[in-house]
Amino acid sequence: MTDLLIDSPTFEDRLRSVLPTDVDYASARLVDERAERLTVRRNELEPVFNEFDTGVMITIWDGGGLGYAATSDLSEAGLEAAVERARYWAGVTAGSMVTTVAPTDHPVGSYASPVEVTWDTLPLDDRIELLRQQSRLLGIDDRIVNWGASLVRRDVDQLLLTASRTGDAGRIEQRFRFVYPSLRATANEGVNTQTRTFGGHAFCGQGGAEVLGRYGFGDAASRVANEALELLTAPNCPTGVMDVLLAPDQMILQIHESIGHPLELDRILGDERNYAGTSFVTPDMFGTYRYGSELLNVTFDPTVPGQLASYAFDDDGTPAERQYLIRDGILERGLGGAVSQARSGLPGVANSRAENWNRPPIDRMANLNVEPGESTVAELIASIEHGVYLHTNNSWSIDDSRNKFQFGCEYGQLIEDGEIVGAVRNPGYRGISSTFWRSLTGVADRDSFTVMGTPNCGKGELNQMIGTGHASPACRFSDVEVFGGES
Amino acid sequence: MSLATPIDDQSYFDGLVTAATTMLVGDEVLLANVSGERTDFIRLNNSEVRQAGTIDQRTLTVDLVEGRRHTAGSIRLTGERAIDDARVAALLTQLRDQRRHVTDDPYLLYNTEPTSTSRIERGSIPDPDAALADIRTAGAGRDLVGIYASGDTFQGFGNSLGQRNWFQSSTFNLDWCFYLRADKAAKNLYAGFDWDDAAFAQKIDWSARQVRALEREPITLAPGEYRTYLAPRAMEELVQLLSWYGAFGLRAHETKQTPLLRMLVDGERLSPMLTITEDTANGVAANFQSAGFLRPDRVPLIVEGAYANTLVSPRSAQEYGVPTNGATSGEYPESLAISPGSVPTDAVNEALGSGLFVGNLWYTNFSDQAACRTTGMTRFATFWMDDGDIVAPVDVLRFDDTAFHLFGDRLEGLTDTAEVLLDTATYGERSTGSSRLPGAVVGAMRFVL
Repeated sequence: MTDLLIDSPTFEDRLRSVLPTDVDYASARLVDERAERLTVRRNELEPVFNEFDTGVMITIWDGGGLGYAATSDLSEAGLEAAVERARYWAGVTAGSMVTTVAPTDHPVGSYASPVEVTWDTLPLDDRIELLRQQSRLLGIDDRIVNWGASLVRRDVDQLLLTASRTGDAGRIEQRFRFVYPSLRATANEGVNTQTRTFGGHAFCGQGGAEVLGRYGFGDAASRVANEALELLTAPNCPTGVMDVLLAPDQMILQIHESIGHPLELDRILGDERNYAGTSFVTPDMFGTYRYGSELLNVTFDPTVPGQLASYAFDDDGTPAERQYLIRDGILERGLGGAVSQARSGLPGVANSRAENWNRPPIDRMANLNVEPGESTVAELIASIEHGVYLHTNNSWSIDDSRNKFQFGCEYGQLIEDGEIVGAVRNPGYRGISSTFWRSLTGVADRDSFTVMGTPNCGKGELNQMIGTGHASPACRFSDVEVFGGES
Repeated sequence: MSLATPIDDQSYFDGLVTAATTMLVGDEVLLANVSGERTDFIRLNNSEVRQAGTIDQRTLTVDLVEGRRHTAGSIRLTGERAIDDARVAALLTQLRDQRRHVTDDPYLLYNTEPTSTSRIERGSIPDPDAALADIRTAGAGRDLVGIYASGDTFQGFGNSLGQRNWFQSSTFNLDWCFYLRADKAAKNLYAGFDWDDAAFAQKIDWSARQVRALEREPITLAPGEYRTYLAPRAMEELVQLLSWYGAFGLRAHETKQTPLLRMLVDGERLSPMLTITEDTANGVAANFQSAGFLRPDRVPLIVEGAYANTLVSPRSAQEYGVPTNGATSGEYPESLAISPGSVPTDAVNEALGSGLFVGNLWYTNFSDQAACRTTGMTRFATFWMDDGDIVAPVDVLRFDDTAFHLFGDRLEGLTDTAEVLLDTATYGERSTGSSRLPGAVVGAMRFVL
């Protein structure tokens, strides 16, 4: 619609000129986003929606105070006013802050999402027709009462400029291209309603049109619809203690809720106690705590090409690199950016991230992955005498210390004597994070390792919704409390 | 409301829509919505500041219609008319171009009978530095964690048919906990239009007393069924879950996705004590929606345990052939009210007798949505009571039970007053949602972990 501000040397000069050089540290973070949202529901195209969002957050550290001001008024006067407001806040908060540590580095660098196939090859007419085709493949039976296909594209360009009274200056430019395809079919018969989706919302990532092929978007609709119908006549999941095999599109939720959030250093430091919660993990656990069995290896890896939360720098400007959080089951490192690391004295990662220009960075998950093991999925199934194979999360709940959890899945498969014997509906399981991962008794190999993401992770005051990446193979857990539903 | 130059946002929006109307071609119709805020926020941990700043933002969303074909989009406004007029013009050009690629929308419906309204509520909000001083004084010697947010929020609707609707308010809210240790805390909210030192002091005093009650040695209860009192904030978690998943929306009913499916299919009923209303007249949200329809003051949703009405968005109205009642596209309540009952609010401990006093629930979700079986956690101040007296705080418990029990055959009574609960959510921007809820005495609630 309009030229990108990130490509305008004039605007960058304006931004640089207003950034103060008489303070301990200052930054200007420009976010320039364009998005397109397409949905076909019950074979009818919903209104095409286009989103254009541009704004700047000014941050000033000075004299032990810290202040933010975010504005969409990008005129020179608007930016100067934002600088003055951030100065005001730095003055007001001096002497009252939980930490007086200010950044000192002024990094320079860039990042761009890898794009193999540009959207020019799939123009709007073709994108709409693709969704219409998928919709027709979903609505195949009178018992399917609701269905839809959608495609969201977001292009997000960020520019971070830094300055300080030392005269140093930094510049980071990052250009993200996100793709979020989804499918959904809901079947009903009497009091029984069952929904099957295309991996929940997890089949998303960075890239161009090739992301659709990466997840088999064009080939999934019939399977999604037929499995929704299959669930109408499937028995309820059995109740009892048994082995579970979690498919990658359930593993990502398990990782997210019971490893990711508990390891966030800002939770451990107490920042989130009024909203998202605290953590059962305490500072003394790092380096010694057995989080899981020896099969558990978890990495923070912002370098995975095409994963949803890959980047070169976090929003505080810290260079991002791959780190082990849990190695051979032992907790090594938390999820905390430079500020949290300074406050806690604990090792962390570059994960200080903001939802948008209008929210300040906080500790967030980025790409948090369970590393593959050595078993095949077939071997894991064959090793289970009585259990369930659970696919695609549809319910999640966990206590405010991230310990007692209960999760539900769209689709289950009963395993008896090492073989899948049929589908079960309404499967769920519950456990306690601090012990659950020690029951990890099988990790599948790279063949089932799937790179996915969680587009909407909520946290923070002010509330922020952000995308996180997760990748995992299928994993087997022993002696888990499993249950079914009532419908 | 720009940081640089304060502007009258209502006049600004009116001017933008008027100018955009002159850009229309042929029989085009423009529907425009604006929402925005200037919010000062202070985030606190351990009675010190973690982050503080100001957010100044306004978003314009337009739907460009010709016949039954339309496309939509949004832009952030800068507050400078020349720049914003140019951005609107560019957006309209793009939407017009995209419209060539779309077919007729059978579910398009917008208001063609213009009714303009304006509601502005201004308050007396302290300067941020004064608010911070008051909050830090209250938190001195205590572990206060939470967020203070204050300032203007506004929403507007305008169309090329001449309709204008405006809703603006100046509010503050301090959403905080006093923490005793680990996960033991007393949560409270002080919110409104006019900051009152005495009212704030009362809130602080209540929290301090509740923290003292938490000092007793906590107990761990085994899974099982317990007689339970759900305070209004705990009730809010349950009704929000039902609301978000379509319990009160027409589309979820028609597509059999409502968690209250058994009421539709099996004739199941909730307790005759339960009456639920979308009470726009007593809420703090705008009384208009994005296609220009005004909302009635009240929509009865559940009356004495039986279905009465659903919330109907304009698209659902077209799809299912019924009138709209001005619901949002999500068809969830924004001002939900449950009618009070007969349990004296100042005697809930006696009404509970021996059992669990649950101040807050947390992280609710469905175990089996079609059966309305819900799960979630107790959080903050939850106590074991014996004969109306506090025995001890209780370590967090997971419940797993159906609304047909909690709000049905096991509901023994609702308190005789309903508490006004302002939604403190700030996803994207500050929420204007609210609810008005009593507490509930439940004969037996199932806890599983």
